[in-house]
Amino acid sequence: MDFAFMLETLQRIAAGVPLLLQLAGISIAIGAVFAMLLALMRVSGVRPLDLTARGYIFVFRGTPLLVQLFLIYYGLGQFPAVRATFLWPFLREPYWCAILALTLNTAAYGSEIIRGGLLSVPAGQVEAARACGMSGLLLFRRVVLPIAVRQALPAYGNELILMVKATSLASIITLMEVTGIAHKLISETYRAIEVFICAGAVYLLINFLLIRAVHGVEYWLSPHLRRPPAITGAPARA
Amino acid sequence: MNDQRQPVLSIRGLHKAFGTLEVLRGIDLEAFEGDVISILGASGSGKSTLLRCINLLEVPDAGDIVLAGEAVQLRQRRDGARVVADRAQLDRLRSRLGFVFQSFNLWSHMTVLENVIEAPVHVQKRPRAECIAEAEALLEKVGIADKRDHYPAHLSGGQQQRAAIARALCMHPKVLLFDEPTSALDPELVGEVLRVMRGLAEEGRTMLVVTHELGFAREVSSRVVFLHRGAIEDDGPPERVFRAPASDRLRDFLASHLRA
Amino acid sequence: MPPRPSLLVEFLDTMGFGPRGWGLAMLAAAGMTVAVSTAAFLVGMLIGAVGAWAKIGGGLIARAGADVYTTLLRGIPDLLVIYLFYFGGSTLLTTINHEFGGDGFISMPAFLVGALAVGIVSGAYQTEVFRGAYGAIARGEIEAARAVGMSGLLLLRRIVAPQVMRHAIPGLGNCWQLVLKESALISVTGLVELLRQAQVGAGSTRLPFYFYITAALLYLALTTVSNRLFQGAETYARRGVQRA
Repeated sequence: MDFAFMLETLQRIAAGVPLLLQLAGISIAIGAVFAMLLALMRVSGVRPLDLTARGYIFVFRGTPLLVQLFLIYYGLGQFPAVRATFLWPFLREPYWCAILALTLNTAAYGSEIIRGGLLSVPAGQVEAARACGMSGLLLFRRVVLPIAVRQALPAYGNELILMVKATSLASIITLMEVTGIAHKLISETYRAIEVFICAGAVYLLINFLLIRAVHGVEYWLSPHLRRPPAITGAPARA
Repeated sequence: MNDQRQPVLSIRGLHKAFGTLEVLRGIDLEAFEGDVISILGASGSGKSTLLRCINLLEVPDAGDIVLAGEAVQLRQRRDGARVVADRAQLDRLRSRLGFVFQSFNLWSHMTVLENVIEAPVHVQKRPRAECIAEAEALLEKVGIADKRDHYPAHLSGGQQQRAAIARALCMHPKVLLFDEPTSALDPELVGEVLRVMRGLAEEGRTMLVVTHELGFAREVSSRVVFLHRGAIEDDGPPERVFRAPASDRLRDFLASHLRA
Repeated sequence: MPPRPSLLVEFLDTMGFGPRGWGLAMLAAAGMTVAVSTAAFLVGMLIGAVGAWAKIGGGLIARAGADVYTTLLRGIPDLLVIYLFYFGGSTLLTTINHEFGGDGFISMPAFLVGALAVGIVSGAYQTEVFRGAYGAIARGEIEAARAVGMSGLLLLRRIVAPQVMRHAIPGLGNCWQLVLKESALISVTGLVELLRQAQVGAGSTRLPFYFYITAALLYLALTTVSNRLFQGAETYARRGVQRA
């Protein structure tokens, strides 16, 4: 174990972290919005919407992310029609192709998680809200969504971890995030084990912090599952 | 008997079927202000369905519902099913009907206080401070003022139901609908809820109560309605109904339930 | 200038089974995908069984070791593990070769790299599947077995293992899908599985879209068929069991 080498490796690898966070952050954020849309399409009861969403989810969960990435980065460039559109400057760049692929992918997985959350909202509480005159967006915003989110959070936290790991695929289309730099170092020095340890440590640290953050949010959102507050005596009111 | 009074709630010719099973077969019912109507019947008689039709949690296949002079607008859909025609009217009417569920159905992610002020603030658009003040008074009235910042999961069944009653009261309902409010409670907790309901009756509130608690029906209600297989077989003041039931089935029902 | 063939015709021409068609090669590569995935899955199953055993009945060290293993391998990208095995394995083989007086660079066989790397990662997930499946067995059934004097290997073989397999099938189906899809990463080692074949074809014909779309369709076919098979297995395993 050459610690000087490992320290230097760690520094070089750390330079890839900002790119990793960008790829993961942007695709998770946009992907979550898209996932909500897909989930709503699936529970809407409108058959064409349901089928479209199901088709999308089937394709994106049934094929490897790497294939989806190659289709977007390499595949789309085959068509002159695509190269002529205003999107081409973006679709030419590995950065945007990676974000697009990651976003589309996480939307599919995320939508199933959100759908599970939506379906798990107790029917009785929805009825009570309707009985009070709530409906539509108000009902969704005040009752359905808060409960669904609390249900879905642990599973979505898992999805976040998978997304962080998925960003490593961007290295295959030349992006120099953590895995890209690690690959370069390994193929230059052939000191696979030391580089692996450094890169692995970086991912483990990021995932550890992510898990803590998710647990923190879970804790903050669930006072109803914890111990009740101490009764301090209700002040008498006129 | 004042025949000039307009009923607060009027139901005419209500029919409801689930598939081929006819659950309500022509219900006529009028509730005047201050009436406390106990609805009795065996399971499957349609009592819960009747109550749920009043606030349109179930949509009746036929019949009219008039609340404080306003008729609920329904229309026939292309496939024959009946649906609510005016969503805004439905929400408005529902906010004037307090509904207390058998399984309480408090919102698990909100504290008791938040549960009580939720509809007044977001549906009736009343100022938050006013709602909070009123909510605290109501919680005091039903006896759980010290639980205002607790979550439903931390409350006993009886406390949850009392919170649910406070929630219904805070909306200033014209009529209170109770769907077997004590059926899901442990026997020791039934009393505290019945006490609250008795207090509401004595205040002069208009209440429709589907219940198995014959003691409550006899002592607190102003009218008792007996439902059998979707039709009303008796409707009258408790003294008369309990002493001289109009139908044999009611007689058997009372006998079997009072034996305990 | 001859009219450009329609997209569909061009696609079928490229992917067909004629002399210029890549259809056969793609199907063969799909077969390789199934082969390496199966190998990886079996490696994972072995590790998963051992890992679960360590977490359930092992001593402090075994349990800690299993915990470290599952945490590590579920937190690190598969691609890194593949690079480790590929470059690390090659270095190891080359070193061994030199020790024996040999010469030159020996690279680790791509199939082995793929199966081991993906298998070791899958093992981490399968450990959790088996652990959960064991936990799902009714305590009473094990107690009843002990009460008639069963223990140890007999208990494992006759009561525990069959039940664990029954409860594990949904989770294993999931793990298999993961392995099938992760096998696409093995393309970086040069192994000619489905994605690599698509890359080769794309580079040769300059028609990347056709090749990657075909690869996608073939993966879709593989995952769909796998899904059906696992659902069938689940139904078979649940015969005679009441739905809770």
